[in-house]
Amino acid sequence: MKLRTLILGLCSASALAFAANAESITIATVNKGDMVRMQKLTDDFTAKNPDIQLQWVTLEENVLRERVTTDIATKGGQYDVVTIGNYEVPIWAKQGWLLSLDKLGADYDVDDILPAIRGGLSLDGKLYAAPFYGESAMIMYRTDLMEKAGLKMPEKPTWEFIGDAARKMTDRANGINGICLRGKAGWGENMAFLTAMDNSFGGRWFDEKWQPQFDQPEWKNTLDTYVKLMKDAGPEGASSNGFNENLTLFQQGKCGMWIDATVAASFVSDPKNSTVADKVGFAIFPDTGNGNHGNWLWSWNLAVPASSQKADAAQKFVSWATSKGYTDLVASKEGWTNAPPGTRTSLYNNEEYKKAAAFAGPTLAAMNAADITKPSVKPVPYTGGQFVAIPEFQGLGTTVGQLFSAALAGQSSVDDALAAAQTAATREMTRAKYIK
Amino acid sequence: MATRQTGTLARFMMAPSVILLLIWMVVPLAMTLWFSFQNYNLLDPTQTGFAGLFNYRFFYSDPAFFQSIWNTLVIVVGVLLITVIGGIALALLIDQPIFGQGLVRILVISPFFVMPPVAALVWKNMIMHPQYGVFADIAKFFGLQPIDWFGQHPLLSIVIIVAWQWLPFATLILLTALQSLDGEQKEAAEMDGAGFVSRFIHLTLPHMARAITVVILIQTIFLLSVYAEILVTTNGGPGYASTNLPFLIYRTALLGYDVGGASAGGIIAVVLANIVALFLMRAVGKNLDK
Repeated sequence: MKLRTLILGLCSASALAFAANAESITIATVNKGDMVRMQKLTDDFTAKNPDIQLQWVTLEENVLRERVTTDIATKGGQYDVVTIGNYEVPIWAKQGWLLSLDKLGADYDVDDILPAIRGGLSLDGKLYAAPFYGESAMIMYRTDLMEKAGLKMPEKPTWEFIGDAARKMTDRANGINGICLRGKAGWGENMAFLTAMDNSFGGRWFDEKWQPQFDQPEWKNTLDTYVKLMKDAGPEGASSNGFNENLTLFQQGKCGMWIDATVAASFVSDPKNSTVADKVGFAIFPDTGNGNHGNWLWSWNLAVPASSQKADAAQKFVSWATSKGYTDLVASKEGWTNAPPGTRTSLYNNEEYKKAAAFAGPTLAAMNAADITKPSVKPVPYTGGQFVAIPEFQGLGTTVGQLFSAALAGQSSVDDALAAAQTAATREMTRAKYIK
Repeated sequence: MATRQTGTLARFMMAPSVILLLIWMVVPLAMTLWFSFQNYNLLDPTQTGFAGLFNYRFFYSDPAFFQSIWNTLVIVVGVLLITVIGGIALALLIDQPIFGQGLVRILVISPFFVMPPVAALVWKNMIMHPQYGVFADIAKFFGLQPIDWFGQHPLLSIVIIVAWQWLPFATLILLTALQSLDGEQKEAAEMDGAGFVSRFIHLTLPHMARAITVVILIQTIFLLSVYAEILVTTNGGPGYASTNLPFLIYRTALLGYDVGGASAGGIIAVVLANIVALFLMRAVGKNLDK
């Protein structure tokens, strides 16, 4: 008995040793549908690269961000490929934490990547991360309710129109709220929306000298409009609604309009989960007549940390997962609607995709309208869109998000929330030595 | 009889585990203390060097600081009140011989095995949600306006969720105490003409005193660090209404990646915990010495 155990042990040990001959790379990724699909399809990659083995670490968004940031900042070298947002890419590239991707292969066609996305992932003309999927924000609305209210969505709606339409569509007795917007506190929750909204109101987070701008009329106007609109036409308990909560509300037919990430378009028009799938229309993010549509742009990207020991194999994988070939692979196995959206021009020129996905056109329009190098109509010292691309934004954005969700819940006035936000932001920016 | 020799031997034999435990405690504490005096931000490698008391001053001057300490204490006291009183009541109830006693006990205890984030999510989306929560349905049935729990009463909601999780623990400990109460004493008291109330005050309660102390002490340790429930439900908001000290530290450490500031916050939390522990030991701890 003992001998057998010993032999078995030896066998498995040698099997492990043999496996270790092939190079194994560790990939940290987020537990979203598109990434989970990528894991299922990796047989295609390993068949083409038998000498590379893939180890997956799949985590929830916030946990992933914590783990990857800590690992990369302390040069831990645990991961060879990391999945990060376009918020992190320019910051980390500047710190020298990411390798520039110059070995993606001859047929990768970098110029095919949507210019708005590519701009956010490059520093000094070098690409530091390859986009896996991208999104902007737009209005999703119920065509039937819009008609009932006697209105027609203009091609480029203004906030004035949205406010008017939301109030007219509201029918509380039948559980219909004119508009659903994010209210849950967090830099990636309500502040993503409110920052984009403030951009479209002509506002900005900081002036050229990094002075916070919450004491300026644009922010006051933004927050006032938002709080009043949600009070008149928003759902109960809006201050704890994030993306997922609003998605559920919209799918259940409780929202007339919803302004959020374009990726939601495929969920609300999926008849399996949405009761209103055949009554959804799309329009571009509203502005105030200044041509600024919020500049919301988000992408999940694959990057190679500078601390990786297996950079060449890692780049091979990044190239495979973000290539045109991968899009075709997904399309052939799971259908065109499931192709990762928002990264390549060629996808939006593809007739089959356009036919299968009604939201393709509006999504592309929204993405092309976003310019993260120039988020506000006023001059700003930062890049970004629905975020400000500085390391301090996660903490600061969450603090300000808490204050604004209090204003939404009616626990503090708009003026008090803005004053508190101004204090918190000044304090944080002075500490980080932006304000001299 | 322990001679001097065996005493030395015993100490020698105990040494490895004691030393290990000491290292386990001292090393992280010392590192936290060290970091709290350093300029150390993971996202900004240019910030280095000795910071003096700056981290402490910065953490202490956070606009949410005093409210977070107050909130921490409210959570601890609120949950303790609910669980101890509710625990005694439940323990008295399920101590009665009833049909299906075993099953009832298991059901009462089960919330304790639910992970905090899961429990918080269920409470948030299925029970307290003003649109499709059970509470909203009940309110609508009576023609009332549903309450927006997390918007209007964030701290109370957190206290309710946490109390729900800890009630089984209190019930369990108090039930075992009740079961060890001698039946003959109860009968004797009854024969002497003591009613339910006086039996409870003069016999049952003194008998449970130690168990209650244990419940209070153990729960306090865990309640000082309530965090997952807040992260999942309110994210510390609205405003700072449900930010407690652990959540404030989380915000500094994992959103700001400010290791120095978060360490200073950690040390402040340790000091606070010790103050609370001191008062508790004074107030109820002497029960344990009897």
